[in-house]
Amino acid sequence: MVAVEQQQPYIGRAMKRKEDPRFITGRGNYMDDIVLANMTHAAIVRSPYAHATIRGIDTSAAEQMPGVVGVFTGEDIDLPPLPYAWQAAGVENNINTPYTLAKGEAHWVGDPVAVVVAETLEQARDASDMIELDLVELPGVSDAEKAVQPGAPQLHENAPNNIVFSWNCGKKEETEQGLRDAEIVIRQKLRNQRMIATPMENRGAIAQYAAGTEEFTFWLSSQAPHVHRLVMAAFILGVPEQNIRVIAPDLGGGFGAKIFMYQEYVLVGWLARKLGRPVKWIETRSEANAATAQGRDHITELEIGATRDGKVTALRVHTLANLGAYLSTASGGIPTTLYGRMLAGVYKIPAIYCEVQGVFTNTAMVDAYRGAGRPEAAYVIERVMDLVANEIGMDPAEVRRRNFIQPDEFPYDTGIGMLPYDSGDYEPALDKALQMIGYDELRAEQKRRRESGDGRLLGIGLSSYVEVCGIAPTKYITSEGWGAGLFESANVKVHLSGKVVVTTGSMPHGQGHETTFAQVAADKLGVPIEDIQLKFGDTLGTPFGYGTYGSRSLTVGGEAIVRSTNKIVDKARRLAAHMLEVDVEDIEWSNGKATVKGSPDQVKTIQEIALAAAVPVNLPDGMEPFLDETTYYDPPNCTFPFGTHVAVVEVDTTTGNSELIRYVAVDDVGNIVNPLVVAGQLQGGIVQGLGQAMVEGAVYDDNGQLITSTLMEYAVPHADQFPMFELDHTVTPSPVNELGVKGAGEAGTIASTPAYVNAVCDALSPLGIHHTDMPLTAPRLWAAIQNATGDQA
Amino acid sequence: MYPRPFDYKRVSSVQEAVEILQANPEAKILAGGHSLLPAMKLRLAAPEMLVDISSLDDLKHISANGGLTIGAGVTYNDFLNNDAVKPYTALYEAVQKVGDVQVRNRGTVGGAAAHADPAADAPAALLVLGATLVAQGPNGSREIGVDDFFVDILTTALEPEEVLTAIKLPAASGSSAYEKFAHPASGYAVCGVAASIDGSAVKVAVTGATYKATRLTGVEEALAGGNVDAAAIEAAVENVGDQDWAGDHFASAEYRAHLTKVYAKRALMRAAGL
Repeated sequence: MVAVEQQQPYIGRAMKRKEDPRFITGRGNYMDDIVLANMTHAAIVRSPYAHATIRGIDTSAAEQMPGVVGVFTGEDIDLPPLPYAWQAAGVENNINTPYTLAKGEAHWVGDPVAVVVAETLEQARDASDMIELDLVELPGVSDAEKAVQPGAPQLHENAPNNIVFSWNCGKKEETEQGLRDAEIVIRQKLRNQRMIATPMENRGAIAQYAAGTEEFTFWLSSQAPHVHRLVMAAFILGVPEQNIRVIAPDLGGGFGAKIFMYQEYVLVGWLARKLGRPVKWIETRSEANAATAQGRDHITELEIGATRDGKVTALRVHTLANLGAYLSTASGGIPTTLYGRMLAGVYKIPAIYCEVQGVFTNTAMVDAYRGAGRPEAAYVIERVMDLVANEIGMDPAEVRRRNFIQPDEFPYDTGIGMLPYDSGDYEPALDKALQMIGYDELRAEQKRRRESGDGRLLGIGLSSYVEVCGIAPTKYITSEGWGAGLFESANVKVHLSGKVVVTTGSMPHGQGHETTFAQVAADKLGVPIEDIQLKFGDTLGTPFGYGTYGSRSLTVGGEAIVRSTNKIVDKARRLAAHMLEVDVEDIEWSNGKATVKGSPDQVKTIQEIALAAAVPVNLPDGMEPFLDETTYYDPPNCTFPFGTHVAVVEVDTTTGNSELIRYVAVDDVGNIVNPLVVAGQLQGGIVQGLGQAMVEGAVYDDNGQLITSTLMEYAVPHADQFPMFELDHTVTPSPVNELGVKGAGEAGTIASTPAYVNAVCDALSPLGIHHTDMPLTAPRLWAAIQNATGDQA
Repeated sequence: MYPRPFDYKRVSSVQEAVEILQANPEAKILAGGHSLLPAMKLRLAAPEMLVDISSLDDLKHISANGGLTIGAGVTYNDFLNNDAVKPYTALYEAVQKVGDVQVRNRGTVGGAAAHADPAADAPAALLVLGATLVAQGPNGSREIGVDDFFVDILTTALEPEEVLTAIKLPAASGSSAYEKFAHPASGYAVCGVAASIDGSAVKVAVTGATYKATRLTGVEEALAGGNVDAAAIEAAVENVGDQDWAGDHFASAEYRAHLTKVYAKRALMRAAGL
């Protein structure tokens, strides 16, 4: 029997997401949907001070409150501090990581100091109000520049001047020589402000302990359930991996913040074992603002050497990376490997030298946040291009063009320790973006407005970015300080009914894996997409994988699926040859069907072959039953998507308000499996990056009090602030993987922040303003305009 | 996220609400709940009892009889969907700019007045439209002129045991407008200015930029009796005066003072049909 003709290939088609009906009709299964028998609820008491000595914590009144099962402080818990899994490579790291609950000192507003467990959440919350904290407030420091000054409050004994590490990359002497020889030298200081991740769904954690078998089951807000299990087993609870199962249910976003091991995750496990009952903790939005890992927070000093005809010849970068009160799981690698080594951007710069100092401050921990290091690098290098253009009076598009790495130079080694860029062709993306936006007409309009003295200033901003995706090669990343592997896994089973189950070690939290991964598997196996089901998010039943972040799911996890399906097809061919009584060389495989060369009526479908494999009455000698193949894939290189984005803004000089008028994005993410999903990832990413440029930013006062503690103070971008984005692509396939894909999850965020800032600075340049730090809120721009026009007067 | 325990009573008359307030000084009136409940969830407010007046049909009417009487329980969206309110442009525009659809479905004009958030939109409009606020207490009903109503941050002329029952506006004549610069996170007014022009009578009031909704009498006086043209407005808004400007991490007092001039000009220009 011939199978029903399918609509293949699926790859390349803009298919609607299979998972969306579940999510948008309220049938997802999120952390707070999970209810276990006999479950208790935890409420955490956090330090109200940024820095304090814990003199005592009186829990007696709380213990007497109705429904209370237990009250605990840091002194009750005998677990080691959390591990620090990604060090800044090759240098000393002054490591301080948090205990499950703070012991002795609290180091940031939100540092957990006690926990109440009760029968209901309301009871736990009420009892937590009865805990009396005897804390002696100490001086705190929130700003990295102030924290490294002599006499600043010190957080940790082993980190003099609050310095975590001093790391560098690139060529120091050549860069200094390049700056000495340069025709022009520009110096600029940039702040890349701190971001609060703000996923729609906050974090949560549930643990259950089976005393009889000594097994833990955790449900965690996790982008990387296998990593959470590994860390929990090997570094914290001290029990073997097989005694821990981690389940990640549906996630309402993560943006990186759900990669890491958190105190609360460990805490529920310890409590579940201690109390012999399941314990659930669901984060409030106020807790999320205070205690979920935050992002960015760099203070950077630049020295740029260039020629008068627009070639950047030397770039020296010094960055203070504020890492917060303790080191979060991956915090050392983000501002070093993923930032310093990406500073060349899409440009051939002969000499780059970058120094990064990690700094402790009395603030929440800082770790990966969408883009993680690459947005900070793209922001630096894309501001560099505009600063040079401004200084020499050349069009910023032309400056970029003159510095681009050329298409015949790939694979390209930037010379600052990153893996070689896999493939690229930067000028066509720039040209397409300029053509789409109508660049020349816009410049003419800008000139007209400037000459007429129009108070609505027009600005055009470019961003020609590159990023590193598919974070993997274990060999590279371990040499860069990461303390484990970084491959990805997939298992593919064709059941006897012909239905296919694909299990992956990656963990979707908004990316649409259930659709795109199914498109890949359906094409490779030649089965209808409806017959494919994705399974993920449970360490029991999925092969070990490192999870979803760094735009790695399709480039690494997708390739693992491709390889598993290739193995299945290989076995299916052999079995088909046996069934058709021909040599395997005589079998042609196409679209899920094995046919005999020259005899196309002799056919076995993959469904028939799967049945024969699963009910093994007639297998070739030595062949195992079942079509079931697993791949652990560790790629040879990362992938490097790129593109050019253009933002057009208007700035109202009377209020300082800036408005995005148009936005064009031409991205090259290699081959595209699902254009609709890629467009969604790009649009969301662009908005997230624009949020940083326009309105977002965590604000701490000098002592470390968090001002933006709720969403009444912390602004996130809203859909109604944006025009329709105009998206297009160039396609330069990656040679690294069979699919030729490069990754699209973070590109928008990386590109859009500098595009907007460049546009606003372009608008303001007639006033003599060449740089303003983000977020470019109306009050901030108005102050800058007042300053500039005041100076002129 | 979870408030402290509290008692709850859905009352069937204003009189019943007043009696509960008299008996329990820690009771609070619940109308739309969009200011009170967030404060309770953050445990910044912990009333012992909520007196829910949201089911009192008597408070949900809008009547036009020469002027306009808005029941204190009228939601923002009910207000916007009533054609009788359209001539009261400043208030109409202010209510349009409150929060989002969800907030406007629950929140009430009366609640905004009684809560007196310094960044709420409606108070500025009530000031320029010459509203009268009607309160019922143990000794019956009384009327309070809007210029005496907003006393300080979150403080009005209402006595603790009084319930706001209605807001009365005199018949709309002339024209009015409201202009707002919204906070990017909260949506509240960083600066909101309402202006009304009725012949030679000009009223201008600001919210958000000061610690309570405030008439800008300096601007009003500069325009009183004269021609309200663009040049006059441009000059008049320089007289916003020496207010107690609010300042915070987002917007400095200096910036709010400046915005008040810009938005006063914009509101006056539109009210003047310019």
